[in-house]
Amino acid sequence: MLEVKDLHVTVEGNEILKGLSLSIKAGEVHALMGPNGAGKSTLSAVIAGKDGYEVTQGSITFEGKDVLEMEIEERAQAGLLLGFQYPVEIPGVKNIYLLKAALNAQRVARGESEIPAPEFMKLIKEQLNFMKMDPSFLQRAVNEGFSGGEKKRNEILQMLVLQPKLAMLDEIDSGLDIDAMKVVADGVNSLRDQERAILLVTHYQRLLDYIVPDKVHVLVDGRIVKSGDAELAKELEANGYEGIEESAA
Amino acid sequence: MSEVLTFLETLKARSQQRAEEPTWIAARRQAGAARFEAMGFPTRRDEEWKYTDVRAISQTHFALTENAEFSQAGAAALTLPIDAYRLTFVDGVFSAALSDLDGLPQGLQILPLSQALTENHEAVGGPLGRLTGVEFSPFAALNTAFMEEGAVVRLAPGTVVEKPIVLQFLSRANAEPVMCHPRVLVEAAGRSEATLIEHYTGEADAQNFTNVVGEYMLDRGAIFNHYKLQEAPLGDYHVASMHVEQNRDSRYRSYNLNLGGALVRNDLISDLNGKGAEANFLGLFFGQGRQHVDNHTKVNHNAPLTFSNENYKGILGDRAHGVFNGKVFVKRDSQKIEGFQSNQNLLLSDRARIDAKPELEIYADDVKCSHGTTTGQLDEEAVYAMRTRGIDKATARALLTLAFAGEVLEEVTLDAISERVELAVAGKLPERFNLTGLVETASALNE
Repeated sequence: MLEVKDLHVTVEGNEILKGLSLSIKAGEVHALMGPNGAGKSTLSAVIAGKDGYEVTQGSITFEGKDVLEMEIEERAQAGLLLGFQYPVEIPGVKNIYLLKAALNAQRVARGESEIPAPEFMKLIKEQLNFMKMDPSFLQRAVNEGFSGGEKKRNEILQMLVLQPKLAMLDEIDSGLDIDAMKVVADGVNSLRDQERAILLVTHYQRLLDYIVPDKVHVLVDGRIVKSGDAELAKELEANGYEGIEESAA
Repeated sequence: MSEVLTFLETLKARSQQRAEEPTWIAARRQAGAARFEAMGFPTRRDEEWKYTDVRAISQTHFALTENAEFSQAGAAALTLPIDAYRLTFVDGVFSAALSDLDGLPQGLQILPLSQALTENHEAVGGPLGRLTGVEFSPFAALNTAFMEEGAVVRLAPGTVVEKPIVLQFLSRANAEPVMCHPRVLVEAAGRSEATLIEHYTGEADAQNFTNVVGEYMLDRGAIFNHYKLQEAPLGDYHVASMHVEQNRDSRYRSYNLNLGGALVRNDLISDLNGKGAEANFLGLFFGQGRQHVDNHTKVNHNAPLTFSNENYKGILGDRAHGVFNGKVFVKRDSQKIEGFQSNQNLLLSDRARIDAKPELEIYADDVKCSHGTTTGQLDEEAVYAMRTRGIDKATARALLTLAFAGEVLEEVTLDAISERVELAVAGKLPERFNLTGLVETASALNE
């Protein structure tokens, strides 16, 4: 589904990713772990299309299409969705505006009709309940005045409504207490199926107790230095990143 | 000065055609002409016109028209879909065919100014020119010299009018540019209540000049909602001098919505002359291309215990130029007053420009006043965040622009008007993001 090959990325002249390769198949959950500054967030930002990241070498394809040639919105419409570590406040734009506009953009891009209002309302209500969010959220401006936990729930709510093929979740667990993390993890787990893939970017193993990955990758200094299954995350928890860094060097 | 002479010649030619008038009207007209001749058109050396160059008006020869021909279908397409009492003027000329005053309730009088002048009606004798005299500006003087048509609205004490009153000014794409100098005269007696909509619109290729003077007199406890929806064609010039007088406990709400016109200047003044009087000024100006939109507002707190609240939002793209000059004046010993003013501007391009000048002038010590102005650009982080959800760039920008206008738009309770504003501001929205539909969905959720 997603193929990243020998990806080199610079930000303001500094090379952050130095030949990263990663392959994600439908149905899989991957966790990308690593110490601060290793380039974890850079990968998901480049895939989403954020400005300021220059790809100097390598490629990213999604379902055979060259992601780097696609506009930001086209990537989302194709089913690539990024859940932000720090969700952006969008003053004056109500959550419900964003959800419906985003959903319809995706549907229209697929050649489908816009969602009828009653169907949309039904969908929204179900997902709100699932995320234990009050309907009043919909009338509030996107993320404006939301607590850290509310913002993260809102990111997952968007995922549940938009049903991406590949959900990339950047530090979705940061700033969450244990109850909130369970709700968020339930949300993410409900997205798991054979058609879909998930890429979790996380610093801590904690989240992976709730969302058990199929594959774990360790990113150090812009390269994946080790890959394994869920056990690898537990090793990291016990021994830290230092041992891995040494063995890689 | 040759520019002034051109206008005076047009005036002279018109006067020779005109039937004899009551002495006071002729005298008023002469005073206007004399004052205009003495002052000439304002230049940017005048403090009040520092940011607005009116040469595009002064150097154009504008004719006067006498007919009000306009196709029914064309007018219908421009008319606000609001159930209202309606007076229509075409290039300043009253059109009975496009007006609808059926079923005027008791206590409400609406008549064309021409009729009031011909009849020497008591509605104009005293009030006309009482608030906006020829001294106010060269444009007010010019208007007085030329005045012929407009609307006179009178509300008897205690009259509450449910349906809005629409004054519709249509501008035509003429072979040569024309000008008109309408007057709007409103007298709202004690405890009366009404909504007036001044709607300026017209044919896309029009290049005319509208120079309107509005006087609004609110007696004790009157409630008056005043919408101005200025959607003049993009080649039109528009100058408006609006003056409100508020007696005790009256409430005035202005919705000054400016979307059209090549060169637009609005002066809006409210005199709070009695305790308990309250003025709310809401404004939105949107400019694109090379549009120039100048809003000058002034609230005069002439009595203690008076309240004003002002919120103006400017949105400027391309090479548009906006001006906001808002003044709050508190007269000596007008204690316990509250005067708040806010102006926020959004620049959508690097070449768009705003000159904002909030002013406070206070001669009392027990007052609560504040003012502030900010100017910013669209939040590109937010645009990015919306694009990562599949919303295209143009739509994301349009939604954010609308959101910026939100505070003012939410106050516009007449859907037909807020829809026009939404369409103008976020016009490039593809149909699939029909905001009306989203709004409906949002309200359905609350049920």
